[in-house]
Amino acid sequence: MDPFLHLEAVAVPLPRPNIDTDQIIPARFLSRPREIDHGQFLFHDARRLPGSPEERPDFPLNRPEWREAKVVVGGRNFACGSSRESAVWALHDYGVRCAIAPSFGDIFYNNSLKNGLLPVVLPAEAVAELTAQLEARPGATLRVDLPAQTVTFPDGQVHGFEIDPFAKHCLLEGVDELGFTLTFEEDIAAFERRYGRENTR
Amino acid sequence: MAGTAEPPRTMFEKIWSRHQVLEREDGQTLLYVDRHLLHDGGATAFDMLRKRGLKPRAPERVFATPDHYVATDSRRLEEIQDPRHREMVEKLARNTAEHGIRMFGLGGPDQGIVHVVGPETGLSQPGLLMVCGDSHTSTHGALGALAFGIGSTEVAHVLATQSLWQRKPRTMRISVEGQLGEGVTAKDVILAIIAEIGAAGATGHVIEYAGSAIRGLSMEGRLTLCNMSIEAGGRAGMVAPDEITYAYMQGREYAPKGAAWEAALERWRALPSDPGAVFDREVTLDAAAIAPMVTWGNSPEDALPINGRIPSPEDAPDAERREVVSRMLDYMGLTPGTPLDEVPVERVFIGSCTNSRIEDLRSAAAVARGRQVAAGVRAWVVPGSEPVKRQAEAEGLHEVFRAAGFEWREPGCSMCLGTNGDIAAPGVRVASTSNRNFMGRQGPGARTHLLSPAMAAAAAVTGRFTDVRRLMRGDA
Repeated sequence: MDPFLHLEAVAVPLPRPNIDTDQIIPARFLSRPREIDHGQFLFHDARRLPGSPEERPDFPLNRPEWREAKVVVGGRNFACGSSRESAVWALHDYGVRCAIAPSFGDIFYNNSLKNGLLPVVLPAEAVAELTAQLEARPGATLRVDLPAQTVTFPDGQVHGFEIDPFAKHCLLEGVDELGFTLTFEEDIAAFERRYGRENTR
Repeated sequence: MAGTAEPPRTMFEKIWSRHQVLEREDGQTLLYVDRHLLHDGGATAFDMLRKRGLKPRAPERVFATPDHYVATDSRRLEEIQDPRHREMVEKLARNTAEHGIRMFGLGGPDQGIVHVVGPETGLSQPGLLMVCGDSHTSTHGALGALAFGIGSTEVAHVLATQSLWQRKPRTMRISVEGQLGEGVTAKDVILAIIAEIGAAGATGHVIEYAGSAIRGLSMEGRLTLCNMSIEAGGRAGMVAPDEITYAYMQGREYAPKGAAWEAALERWRALPSDPGAVFDREVTLDAAAIAPMVTWGNSPEDALPINGRIPSPEDAPDAERREVVSRMLDYMGLTPGTPLDEVPVERVFIGSCTNSRIEDLRSAAAVARGRQVAAGVRAWVVPGSEPVKRQAEAEGLHEVFRAAGFEWREPGCSMCLGTNGDIAAPGVRVASTSNRNFMGRQGPGARTHLLSPAMAAAAAVTGRFTDVRRLMRGDA
């Protein structure tokens, strides 16, 4: 996993509520192995005209100012729906390292943390303000500071955010949980002895 | 007990604390997983293990069945047309065989949608902690399990360690009190709940469904209800086990037997939330006020009673909602003010982990019996599993459906998300008993409306959304 410390990058506003993971990556691309560049599938249908390979000029990621965005600023319940981790892979492979929204689908939030993509929850009013600033100045950048847990808006406003200390540690170090959990092998084995096997035939 | 009475606990808290391997100071808890279910979308997790030279820690706690990529017009692997899809099913068979994981395989007697197979085999039980790499894992909460969906990296983590780090979610009790009207099903209840609290209404919470209307639901109904907890943003949904649960479970393959059954019953009877247990949030709905529901937009929260009208952007409370409604109406090809029961349908899908169980098929067949699928409508019935299919055929339901002009197909996820290629063409309107009406969910440009199996059958035979209660009364 890539470590995450600081990021200063273009942010694209996607202000609609309930942008689901089916929109982020349609189901027909889910049979692709992880090694494939999933960035090509990001918002595959949403960013194209119906039934056409041609791009919709009005989709934010298609605008030249936002094409290289590394931060997405979503609406309420961003990435709700399916547990498909490929929604995170699509964002990650496209180059997105941070997603900011008033709320996230729970599973997507957890999946993000496991792939070096920082999910940031900010109050709805702050996200609305950020969206307005980004729309007023397409291509504007913001700064994300994970050690300090702050986001600096284009106009200089600084907003703090919460993150689980363990998740923060993993992101900062670029390590995943599995290696860490394996160090608790004895605790798991002790639990198994205590718990018994009454629930398994 | 005197003087040392413990504070009353919720069912969720009881299950949570029983599965704690350890708790960090920062609140992260390592939870032990009783049952881990796999489907044919999970190959990546095995690749992750392989890369690190790891093996499943407790393969006897892992169970698999192919559902996302299986064809629904054949049971033969070689007849899966798309080589990528075929490979997904093959990989599941290879990975499970390599690690000694039991698979309910394609063509075998128990294959089906993973969330139908779990309860049906008795793997899903009260008090268990269950996970699966699928958001609709909340389904198994209907038996009083704590069950939730996880991503691929977490699937690999659970395979390797049989445990998972979690931060304790909040709790929410949704009580539905009173009696449901005739023709009103668990699907209508959950759509009404989501319409009430919103698609993010339960984010960060585990829901316990309670109240007399919930107690009155069959196990199939409770499975439908809990299945869609994720559509309200809930981490999980659960119903306290009771006599209905035990009657459903007894005798199933993985259910405890003999003395173990008696011991299990004693444990299970202690599971329900204690009187006075405090939930972080409480919501109450009146069962009698719930009508058969149909969604009109692209979020499950966009649901209306069948006697409603397509909303207008003008009536939206703010500019953001105005824009969203207008965009959804455009995608869905709907005109504001149109009565829902005047909207014509072109395809009907009865199936999915939400509504493909025997009771669902019975209720759809009751409507289809002696009627004909309307001209120009293509209607499918996709049973949730091989046992459901066998049971339905033993009852002659397949003949009822076929005589009415429905296609009777083979078990799998099918048109719910179309991963196997079962999709609708762009612009086609689908009456679907599945769980998501997202844009493009059933194929690029496909227009999905969610409803109950009885309502879907009513749409099939009338060619438009129809209040199934009118058909039941015989005045349509």
